[in-house]
Amino acid sequence: MRAANKAHQQQQADERGRRKNAAARARALAEKKADAMPVVHLEGEKQERFVDAVLTDPAPRGGILEVFQQRYLLRLIVGRELAQLYAASLLGLLWSYIQPALRFVVYYFVFGVVIAAHRGIPNFAIHLFCGIVFVHYFSETWSAGTRSIWSNRNLVLKMRVPREIFPVASMVVAFYHTGPQILVLMIASIVVGWHLSFTAVAAGVLGFAILFTFAGAMALIFAALNVYFRDFQNIVATITQFLHFMVPMMYPFSLVHDMVDKHPVIYQLYMANPLAEAVLLMQKFFWQASVDDPSSVANEFPPDLWTRGFVILGACLLLLLFAQKFFARLEGKFPERL
Amino acid sequence: MTESIVVDHVSKTFTMQYHRTLKQMAVATVRGLPLNETFQAVNDVSFTVEQGESIGLMGLNGSGKSTLLKLINGVMRPDAGTIRTRGRIAGLIATGTGFHPQLSGRDNLFLNAAILGMSEAETKRKFDEIVDFANLGKFLDTPVSHYSSGMYARLGFSIAIHVDADIFLADEVLAVGDKPFKKKCMVKMQEVRKQGTTIFYVSHAAASVRAMCDRVLVLESGHLNFDGGTDEGIRYLQYDDDEASQEELLDGELGADV
Repeated sequence: MRAANKAHQQQQADERGRRKNAAARARALAEKKADAMPVVHLEGEKQERFVDAVLTDPAPRGGILEVFQQRYLLRLIVGRELAQLYAASLLGLLWSYIQPALRFVVYYFVFGVVIAAHRGIPNFAIHLFCGIVFVHYFSETWSAGTRSIWSNRNLVLKMRVPREIFPVASMVVAFYHTGPQILVLMIASIVVGWHLSFTAVAAGVLGFAILFTFAGAMALIFAALNVYFRDFQNIVATITQFLHFMVPMMYPFSLVHDMVDKHPVIYQLYMANPLAEAVLLMQKFFWQASVDDPSSVANEFPPDLWTRGFVILGACLLLLLFAQKFFARLEGKFPERL
Repeated sequence: MTESIVVDHVSKTFTMQYHRTLKQMAVATVRGLPLNETFQAVNDVSFTVEQGESIGLMGLNGSGKSTLLKLINGVMRPDAGTIRTRGRIAGLIATGTGFHPQLSGRDNLFLNAAILGMSEAETKRKFDEIVDFANLGKFLDTPVSHYSSGMYARLGFSIAIHVDADIFLADEVLAVGDKPFKKKCMVKMQEVRKQGTTIFYVSHAAASVRAMCDRVLVLESGHLNFDGGTDEGIRYLQYDDDEASQEELLDGELGADV
């Protein structure tokens, strides 16, 4: 009883001391800052301001959808990313073409000329370039998106922006880089004899849909994770090194399909990669339609290409939904983790 | 009168992470050290502000003023309670806005204005006014990383004050400016106040708060301990107790920081 009483007294004394201390600090601060700011008085009568809005939560909660409502802001952020990428660079935007061009030359030489893996693949260059372009788009979105929140922490910490805007901006920047490559690919396909067909266009649309949803979902998830642990940007950088080998572009798909009986698990894993499916669909659009006799290369596509495509698109849409939820959940803690 | 800001039982807790690498975490776990610690920055704060009111937010450093402003601004979300605001919010929080160091003042101006909700046309219309007020001269097109802290603050304030916001938050940002600029800012803020904008003004300068504000809120270690008139608030903050003596005033560790 007595001990409790004593403890209580001690606590009270501590509290008094703490308050006294705070009081002294406050007085000193007030004294010191008394004339730190100039005194300006209000002149004239205060007007009433009519605000035509409802009371709402000040924090943005619209997610990706809100990003698309703020297109002007998105455009400025994309412009800023581009300006930053090519600051103090002589070749500037050209760099984003040099890299895939060199990769194309090297792969073409090694796999086309030395190993001659392209036997049986007519228009091998288009087959290969098709893969390079879309894998490039995915890798760039993924890796830039992963770094996006962390590298924009200045803004994230100080201003109210829907934070999804940064990963989305990475998607747009990556498209800005790959857009002209796609154009080159299209022109090359037309030159070798591309012809329009309904299946080709449908495959192209499905391929793009898979590519965009998958890349966007991965960018969102990893952008949030990277705020917590910067290891994720290294993980992404490592995985993107192998992506080129995990899609059928340097070798024909028929070789992969040969595994179906011997290694069914590996085959299924390979095919579960949305990127592999997207590249196959793109090849259907660009490459198969440029071959003289499209039916002659039908064995370069899985028999269940379409079913698989729609299932994967569904899975990617679910993944995107999950990514948005995941991002929104982690976002609350961004300010204290940055 | 309409409600401008409604803060209802708001709390915000920060988690401080001590260890970042797996190795450090393992070592800490073995030694039985805490992996993280929480810190309550804002504790069950409630108040309502009417449109056009001018609030002086006072309190010692670390009492949760900036956190409260960040919550009102929408940069952070409360862990508990709700915050509702009406209309466009602009302002400067914790010295300086989100500028991008490699971009020029001009590009940052457009970007910041867009984030604060200004359209392209609106920014272009107000561009000259903003630049004039910030008084950057030939530095407008140099990267902001080359700016002095005064120039940085001037540009940030100038953008925020020209937004035509319904709620304006000013958090000690002007501390870095020089006297004439501070004066200019105060005049501008009074102008904005006259137009009926709700103002949150954070300052330790009692006389300035008295002239600028209709009401004072005092935060003490996250608690809202005073909410009332300006004079009473300033008196409250001075802790007018008898034991106060000059010696104490001159005592060490007198918050040299702002």
